[in-house]
Amino acid sequence: MNKTSQQTLPDERGYFGAYGGRFVPETLIPALDELLAAYESARVDPAFQAQLANLQATYVGRPTPLTHARRLSQQLGGAQIYLKREDLAHTGAHKINNAIGQALLAQRMGKHRIIAETGAGQHGVAAATAAALLGLECHVYMGTVDMARQQPNVYRMQLLGAEVLPVAAGSKTLKDAINAAIRDWVTNVQSTHYMLGSALGPHPYPRIVRDFQSIIGVEARRQILEAAGRLPDLCIACVGGGSNAIGLFHAFQEDAAVDLIGVEAGGSGIAGGVHAARFSDPELGRPGVLHGTRTFVMQDANGQIADTHSISAGLDYPAVGPEHAHLRDLERAHYTYASDSEALAAFHLLCKVQGIIPALESAHAIAEAVKRAPSMPKTAVIIVNLSGRGDKDLDTVLQETGK
Amino acid sequence: MTGVEHGLPAIAAMFAAARAAQRAAFLPYYPIGYPSYTESLDAIIALAELGADGFEIGVPFSDPLADGPVIQAATQTALANGITVRRCLDAVRELRLRGVMQPMLLMSYLNPLLAYGPAAFVRDAKAAGADGVIIPDLPVEEAAEWAAACRSHNFAQVLFVAPTSDAARIAAVAAQATGFIYLVSVTGVTGARTGLSADLAGFVARVRSRAGGIPLVLGFGISTAAHVRQIEQLTDGFIVGSALIKAAQGGVAGVRAFVTELRAP
Ligand SMILES: Cc1ncc(COP(=O)(O)O)c(C=O)c1O
Repeated sequence: MNKTSQQTLPDERGYFGAYGGRFVPETLIPALDELLAAYESARVDPAFQAQLANLQATYVGRPTPLTHARRLSQQLGGAQIYLKREDLAHTGAHKINNAIGQALLAQRMGKHRIIAETGAGQHGVAAATAAALLGLECHVYMGTVDMARQQPNVYRMQLLGAEVLPVAAGSKTLKDAINAAIRDWVTNVQSTHYMLGSALGPHPYPRIVRDFQSIIGVEARRQILEAAGRLPDLCIACVGGGSNAIGLFHAFQEDAAVDLIGVEAGGSGIAGGVHAARFSDPELGRPGVLHGTRTFVMQDANGQIADTHSISAGLDYPAVGPEHAHLRDLERAHYTYASDSEALAAFHLLCKVQGIIPALESAHAIAEAVKRAPSMPKTAVIIVNLSGRGDKDLDTVLQETGK
Repeated sequence: MTGVEHGLPAIAAMFAAARAAQRAAFLPYYPIGYPSYTESLDAIIALAELGADGFEIGVPFSDPLADGPVIQAATQTALANGITVRRCLDAVRELRLRGVMQPMLLMSYLNPLLAYGPAAFVRDAKAAGADGVIIPDLPVEEAAEWAAACRSHNFAQVLFVAPTSDAARIAAVAAQATGFIYLVSVTGVTGARTGLSADLAGFVARVRSRAGGIPLVLGFGISTAAHVRQIEQLTDGFIVGSALIKAAQGGVAGVRAFVTELRAP
């Protein structure tokens, strides 16, 4: 049995236990207060909730299905694996759940300009989509390394009318895109809403993003009770910033019999330090502060942020959402990793035996199910969050497979 | 300033001297390790001789999210040169040995300081001869642990107010900041600007009326003699960073020429 807690977090100061808070320049604090106030009023406003629910149903395509992966389960010879199909949401990933919610909030605050960061490009596409839907101006910051490896998503954002702003600083990936977005926000704070794409950053972002993503778990819980007549033994999700994982976990948090497993990017292995497994490498992953929140951060002994690596751009980030750090402290959720090659193998397996091309991010979660299912009884149930589809990753996969 | 204890007394003496001379204190920002460790110390010594009243000493960080391109590039160079928090404390110690008497406040993002340890950092920085700390990603709500450490060493904890800060936030900052309050002149990141904000006088007055007598220092964007003339009568001090670093590309001679021009009456 897992420990559960009735306490609703975060607290007033935005803390989940020892993690969270607000560590940003003073200029931004009033904007965070404004966002919190807008969110608090929207949350209890039936008109806002109705508008959100309507868009989820008629535009995003919710509820997304829960698919029983029969051939995959059979081949692994153990637990029954169910896939929560966020890949079937409009734009092809869970990111749209948060983007639509925050775009409505931006409108409510009278902000006509949206900025966003993106790694895999899925949040950028979702932000551009929500902006087009609601008639907002959209600028997306993206590292040049990620632009090269997720080229199709760059075109998609441009087609949707967003401006993609290349970031060539630092590691040229998600971390640097967030730096650039924060600098833009500090400069244009009066007119602009920063649409942060994961459950990280300063309070109230981790909570807002969690709440908008928690529909994943709410649906999945209802669907598995219908499909299997019982709760799952395991919920598995990949963890970049942590939004698809917290979105799945949240509805199961009080179900003590359900194990929650987050899968980080193991890169080319923990020993060499070439990965983004913040929780699994005590040499590099320690509590610190990055992008406005106190959480586990990959850093060197002097507190400089470490370079990360993952085959999947969406998991290639040195910090993790603060609520995950707290769930880990509580031992309510457990965190492990899948290597680049394990994720690639899971990617190919899912293509061949289920006819589903997963995002490389999601393939990390599949890889964990592949490890665990065989030793579990056939009556056991696993839900894997299939956070996105893999069309964006075809170039990367072809290159890697050709090696 | 000989004989005055480092920390809050030295900073108070700096403002008193500037006030007596009817001018605002000039506090250049200079990062340790740019373009090299040795040259950064030479630049700071030159600035001390050119009449700087105090210093904001930059500690490099990999992800400086309140900084514009010039300071980003300079601090990336410093990191590539192996500069750490510890090395910056060495620099302060060496600058004291080489005769720099002015107050030195260390400016660092939070994470490198957390890695060092807040209490250990304040203790070691004070022992090295520094006078205070400036942390741009530490708002007043999160500053309690630092306040305690700074208080026990009579070390300044500078906090920020911005044009977006309301009356309640200004009052909260004024109640906790020591040494001075850092006024961010614009909503934005560091970097030279052609014109300063139109409502600068209004902003400074708004803070002044709630500051309870703590000195006000303006920074972000100040780069020309005209700017200095505009703010001299408003604030107790001003910080110049990006424009100075650009000038430092011309070595100590460049620094000299820039400061002479900046302080021209
Ligand atoms: C399909 C997909 N899954 C997962 C992630 C990782 O983000 P998070 O951990 O916030 O869900 C991304 C991020 O880009 C993504 O595109």
